[in-house]
Amino acid sequence: MPETLVLDRSGLASILSELRARDYLLVGPTIQQEAIGYGPIDSLDDLPQGWTNVQSPGASHLERRDDERLFGYVVGPHSWKKYLMPNEVVIWRGERTDTGFETVPPEPAPAYALFGVRPCEVAAIAVQDAVFMPTDRVYRERREAAFIVAVNCTQAGANCFCTSMGTGPAVGEDAVFDIAFTEVDRNGTLAYLVEAGSDDGAAVLQTVVGAEPASDADLAMLESVLQEAAASVTKTMDTDGIHDLMLANLRNGYWEDVGGRCLACTNCTMVCPTCFCNTVEDTMTLDGTTAERTRKWDSCFSIDFSYIHGGPLRMTPEARYRQWLTHKLATWFDQYGTSGCVGCGRCITWCPVGIDLTAEVAALRRVDARQGLSVPLPEVMA
Amino acid sequence: MATLTELTPKLAPMEPVPFVVRSIRDELSDTFTLELDPPDGVFEFLPGQFTMLYVFGIGEVPISVSGDPAQPSTLVQTIRGVGAVTYALRQVRPGDVVGVRGPFGTEWPLAEADGHDIVFVAGGIGLAPLRPAIYSVLANRQRYGKVVLLYGARSPSDMLFTQELLEWGGRYDVDVLITVDNADRQWRGAVGVVTKLVRRAPFDPHDTVAMVCGPEVMMRFSAQELEGRGVPQHRIHLSMERNMKCGIGLCGHCQFGGRFVCWQGPVFSYDELAPLLLVKEV
Repeated sequence: MPETLVLDRSGLASILSELRARDYLLVGPTIQQEAIGYGPIDSLDDLPQGWTNVQSPGASHLERRDDERLFGYVVGPHSWKKYLMPNEVVIWRGERTDTGFETVPPEPAPAYALFGVRPCEVAAIAVQDAVFMPTDRVYRERREAAFIVAVNCTQAGANCFCTSMGTGPAVGEDAVFDIAFTEVDRNGTLAYLVEAGSDDGAAVLQTVVGAEPASDADLAMLESVLQEAAASVTKTMDTDGIHDLMLANLRNGYWEDVGGRCLACTNCTMVCPTCFCNTVEDTMTLDGTTAERTRKWDSCFSIDFSYIHGGPLRMTPEARYRQWLTHKLATWFDQYGTSGCVGCGRCITWCPVGIDLTAEVAALRRVDARQGLSVPLPEVMA
Repeated sequence: MATLTELTPKLAPMEPVPFVVRSIRDELSDTFTLELDPPDGVFEFLPGQFTMLYVFGIGEVPISVSGDPAQPSTLVQTIRGVGAVTYALRQVRPGDVVGVRGPFGTEWPLAEADGHDIVFVAGGIGLAPLRPAIYSVLANRQRYGKVVLLYGARSPSDMLFTQELLEWGGRYDVDVLITVDNADRQWRGAVGVVTKLVRRAPFDPHDTVAMVCGPEVMMRFSAQELEGRGVPQHRIHLSMERNMKCGIGLCGHCQFGGRFVCWQGPVFSYDELAPLLLVKEV
């Protein structure tokens, strides 16, 4: 059990100062376009102090809190993949030469300190690590350079279901982070119970002035705060046998039902912290001397995603929704030994028609083909 | 506490390597073959593998290697012009440079076929990814039982590698059966889809390894015909085509069920694929 320290607000601020002194680019939660988003921060003053976000399927808005908590909200539409696996990143650059072309050495990756990473997001980063770390130089450089400051959740949003997915509301014992903390009300004053998760994290904490070891009372309070947070999670997803449930029902006519509601807008995949699918765009300068390959986020909901000569393979929205959900909840296990869903609820909140995957899984269970209950196949998929 | 280093780095090539174009030859009205010189003189590959071919500033496409694995001093790729990058590849001239990443993917099961009959079933340009395997088998002809090539083209003028088809068909130790979907007045051969040839091909179904490449619907029906003759599913191998952007399992485009066609394929055994091939729009 790593040592837990108690910091006040100035102690927490000194973590940011130390990270800046170590040349990290500081990014954290801020208010952007009337939502919680991740962006550059200079100090704790940039955080959404005293705000919370209220969510439901297809909706989210900010509300004032009756306290001055810095972390009194849940996830917004952004995820940290915008820094570790950005929507636009040059993965190759070449210059024309007399004899053809040559590769221009890549620029060093930026080093971000991610400040305020929720436990479900720590889990999501681990999921993307499993996808990219073994083979992808570009992701690996960014990931190795990054410093992760996690913050445990003390309340749940209406679309949160981390407890079903085993990813929250506190960082797990196997979680990979540098520092983790919990914001608590300690005798009427906000305090931060902090622990290190890596050697780097411990070194940063050593520079904090005014840190005191947590007392037994502090640790007892921490435990009860986190238990209350877990109890405040109202949404659940039954994951029992979910891999086989998905794959046994590929030909279930149920998919036409959800396909009829899905707009194939790609929002769910854009806000998802684990969705990794991407495309590349090759461009050239007007004088023809330099070419670049830019990697961009792509989505299995876009019609071109499955295009091969002759046309797209997944024409219908139901086929694309089925691809997304079966990948998240079934084939992800086959590929990476883990769920592709961490229970953050973003895809529910930012679905313009409020499709809720936890409800879809429950609906599919009710028509499970293995119980002889499947909906007849529509003609197009028969 | 898990650490990042537990995920062993196995960095895959993301940089195109410049290869000089030695020759370009038209095969059909829309199909051509490039011969490329590897920069260090050797390009080792296994029959069935593919590369990502890059035209500077234009883009990259997955293309199967169609050359002889016993002659690794040249990279041979046969390409059908159907999009922006393949049209640009058609415009290259000897001495120009194109980018290559790879080779990627799984190979045809030549070792497994050792000692057995072999049936190649090719549809259209699907003959190109099979050609390296055919070269290998013919170079080691004594290792195998009967060798049969079934080839279907849309029309006589769409037949690929006609010179080699003649040569292989003229051998006493190879059976080549050809059919076209649409004949012209000069055509004296079979008319119909290639799957029909499976029924009259001379091989022992219980001692055969089949390698099938062509449009997905053609592979599905060929596999069913082969199975109908008694070839077990695990002895039938198909080469799948899916959209690919990276070739190394990172872009997600080529997923077929839970499989990445780029590195777990393109060559799969039919028993792995059969249930999924029956589901539309997977």
